[in-house]
Amino acid sequence: MTTSTLDTHLKSAPAAAGGKRRSLKPGWFLVSPSVALLLLWMIIPLGMTIYFSLIRYNLLYPGENQFVGLENFEYFLTDAGFMPGALNTLALVGSVLLISVVFGVLIAALLEACEFWGRGIVRVLLISPFFIMPTVSALVWKNLIFHPVSGILAAIWKFFGAQPVDWLAQHPLLSIIFIVSWQWLPFAILILMTAMQSLDQDQKEAARLDGAGPIAIFWHLTLPHLARPIAVVVMIETIFLLSVFAEIFTTTSGGPGFESTNLAYLIYNHALLQFDVGMASAGGLIAVVIANLAAIVLIRMIGKNLTNQ
Amino acid sequence: MADLKIRNLKKGFDGTAIIKGIDLDVRDREFVVFVGPSGCGKSTLLRLIAGLEEVTSGTIELDGKDITDMAPAKRDLAMVFQTYALYPHMTVGKNLSFALDLAGVAKSEVKEKVQNAARILELEPLLERKPKQLSGGQRQRVAIGRAIVRNPKIFLFDEPLSNLDAALRVQTRLELARLHQELQATMIYVTHDQVEAMTLADKVVVLNGGRVEQVGSPMELYHQPANLFVAGFLGTPKMGFLRGQAGKADGAACEVKLECGAQLSLPLAAGGLAAGSPVTLGVRPEHFNIVPAGQGQLRVIADVSERLGSDTYCHVRTASKEMLTIRVRGDFAPRAGETLELAFDPAHCHLFDADGQAIAKRLQQAA
Repeated sequence: MTTSTLDTHLKSAPAAAGGKRRSLKPGWFLVSPSVALLLLWMIIPLGMTIYFSLIRYNLLYPGENQFVGLENFEYFLTDAGFMPGALNTLALVGSVLLISVVFGVLIAALLEACEFWGRGIVRVLLISPFFIMPTVSALVWKNLIFHPVSGILAAIWKFFGAQPVDWLAQHPLLSIIFIVSWQWLPFAILILMTAMQSLDQDQKEAARLDGAGPIAIFWHLTLPHLARPIAVVVMIETIFLLSVFAEIFTTTSGGPGFESTNLAYLIYNHALLQFDVGMASAGGLIAVVIANLAAIVLIRMIGKNLTNQ
Repeated sequence: MADLKIRNLKKGFDGTAIIKGIDLDVRDREFVVFVGPSGCGKSTLLRLIAGLEEVTSGTIELDGKDITDMAPAKRDLAMVFQTYALYPHMTVGKNLSFALDLAGVAKSEVKEKVQNAARILELEPLLERKPKQLSGGQRQRVAIGRAIVRNPKIFLFDEPLSNLDAALRVQTRLELARLHQELQATMIYVTHDQVEAMTLADKVVVLNGGRVEQVGSPMELYHQPANLFVAGFLGTPKMGFLRGQAGKADGAACEVKLECGAQLSLPLAAGGLAAGSPVTLGVRPEHFNIVPAGQGQLRVIADVSERLGSDTYCHVRTASKEMLTIRVRGDFAPRAGETLELAFDPAHCHLFDADGQAIAKRLQQAA
């Protein structure tokens, strides 16, 4: 039996050299289903979006699907909602990032600095908003906190004799920034808190002997140590914050006017409120480009930070 | 000036006593080494001196000033950590100048001090590097440099060599000894390595279980250990111990009857020792000689031999099953199971009573 297997090996050896190109085929054949599936998964929606963006496609006028070139893009970019939408997206992403990083660092440092009874419970409470789905938290904020009649803030305002503020009507974008920050701050705390625990205690003690007080230690040791986790927080949050939708949909519906409309909501608005699928597709492609630009910038800025340290 | 006085110092963690009452004096320009097995409290004692742990009771005085409850930065001490604890995101230069920058020292003075420390430690070409670009030995030197720039009253070292490989450890040990002479500094050094303790110290403090077992110069501890613990802890290979009973004893000599059969008279002032009380005889490996049959005091059976080239360490078993190590010439290698006859000079023996305390000063000083 051993001789027979040896024989076949010997025989197949020269054949293998010539048949190497052919031997790739089964491999290709075996991975092709998953590759094909992934390609279809990506290509078909993308292709359809590109196709829709180039034709006139409004659900209110069925059958009139003639090719219009880049007209949809032109209309989307010159739409009254585009500039406010883009600026609101920027403001929303920027301020939520700022709030979650700054407060995340401070709260994580505070939790790390002092031992107190029930610290474990406080940690869980701090992280829990992250586990609440966006629609629910937006509804809680809308009806229990911001509501001008039944909200907690209204009660506080009244207690001090002031006129309650209708937050979602008067400061819609600010209110949404609050809600989204409340959801994403826990994520920052979670990442930064765990990172803080990995700070070398000997370094802190060395700094204490070097005459560094708590603030100097925070500034010279803790913050540089947190540079990388902060980069991670910024990167991940940016990806998710660009597409904030549920919070706006449940609270302000993008209004009043376009005051709390971001790009994601604007696209929804075109597609499903104005039934203009063509223009929505054009907007979607523009959003894809913007998201990619943001990703490139972030990876340039932060990716270096990630690999360098 | 740097005179450290520790009086009845105690430290406990959650009710468990770690340091159980220590009295110690460190004089100016002395190199003091705390040595002991792991868990003996030597690192805790150093951290108490540094101010990184709070004292439970007792006092620490530096130059007549009570520093027991003073903040670590104000004590004028600098510490070198086992893990180096360099600030990873700062360059070597920034690491060195960090303490001075924080204290608001003038830029020109900082630069001068950093340059000076860098020159002493040969760190000049590395000042712009980050710690992770340095080798273990270089990091160690940066950590020492960080202490030097502060010009502290006392340098504290917490097992500074234990993260280095063997060759580098020997080299750094020499550099530390040189540095101590060059800086004329007072240093306290914690180690579990008795070679470091013996080679570096002016004064060795042997700690065990949170207490000081013995304080003295390395040679004093080696030749006149105060008790069984110190005798067994210092010296490689370990001192051999033989159980026995005291016989007739007076101010000049003491008869000892060993369990393994030998009987000898030691030149010890053991007047207080009652005849028949249990004693332990200690003999260092280098004080045994192998002699022809019939001329020695002990008959033993060879077990394993470790040949190092220069010496051979023979592990042997006595008639009463005690293990001894003897150090002989490098070309001598007994077979396992071979019977050997040993002789030793009673003048080089140590005798310990039932409590493990050394019985008396020997009349003759060991050479």
